[in-house]
Amino acid sequence: MELHNIEKLIEKYFEATTTVAEEETLRTYFSGDDIAPHLEQHAPLFNYFTKAKEECFTKQVPLKPRKNYLKWVSVAAIAVFMVGLYFYQPTPPPVTLADEYTPEEIESAKEALALLAMNFNKGTEQLNHLEEFEKTTNKFLTKK
Amino acid sequence: MKQAEFLNTVLPFKDKLFRMAKRLLVSTEEAEDATQEILIKLWSKKNKMESYKNVEAFAMTMTKNFCLDRLKSKQAGNLKLVHTNYTDANTSLQGQLEAIDSINWVERIMEELPEQQKMVLQLRDVEQYEYEEIEKLLDMKPTAIRVALSRARKTVREKLMEKHNYGIA
Repeated sequence: MELHNIEKLIEKYFEATTTVAEEETLRTYFSGDDIAPHLEQHAPLFNYFTKAKEECFTKQVPLKPRKNYLKWVSVAAIAVFMVGLYFYQPTPPPVTLADEYTPEEIESAKEALALLAMNFNKGTEQLNHLEEFEKTTNKFLTKK
Repeated sequence: MKQAEFLNTVLPFKDKLFRMAKRLLVSTEEAEDATQEILIKLWSKKNKMESYKNVEAFAMTMTKNFCLDRLKSKQAGNLKLVHTNYTDANTSLQGQLEAIDSINWVERIMEELPEQQKMVLQLRDVEQYEYEEIEKLLDMKPTAIRVALSRARKTVREKLMEKHNYGIA
């Protein structure tokens, strides 16, 4: 390669007016052995670019197809809901007393409950005396 | 879109994404994480991917934005410190080693460039994108790209010269 040409290219190179092809020419020139002594100072620059291009990305990238579990959660929920609906049995209407017992039985039960209520009321009447007791204790307490 | 199909779309440019991320974030681990993040994002959008005209450009823009966000976030605040703290332990190296070393210098010099210049230089000189593509990726005007590129190249040249002269003197 004519030295003159290279010198010109270098000048253009630093003005950033070279084309990619011209830069390639420079790179090949400087990667060779017969570099003119006064141009040798530029050699590391071009050789570095050649070297820098060889660097590779070696790390493995984990590219797992993204599993979209969340999408299926709703499907599962619907399925469970449907199964539940299928096995659902409404509770039977409440049974009335008339269905379960004969009128005689109900009558006797009523009688028994009335007897119980009467005796219970007798008991509560006695409690009225307690009120009297409360009144007298209050008198003592307020006097002091 | 199946996984194999996705990988075939992504494989040709995943290294480019990684290099771009590394250029901006400096740390290899950070860049790997960023690239992984971008690829996973792309994968989650795989159904829409067919409608994108240029998946590569789209992914590249995503990477750029992601990395700039990372740099802005507090989390990345200490990154820079860690990775520019490298010092040249050996200054008296043999000729061959010196050549390798000066190549590494370029890397370190590039770390010091402003983000925009970094990106332009990366896209143009490392990945050899055309100007039109860079315009779209970085959302910049053609003149701005040329100016940034020229500045970046000149800065690298000057810094490289400084280092050379320093070594000699």
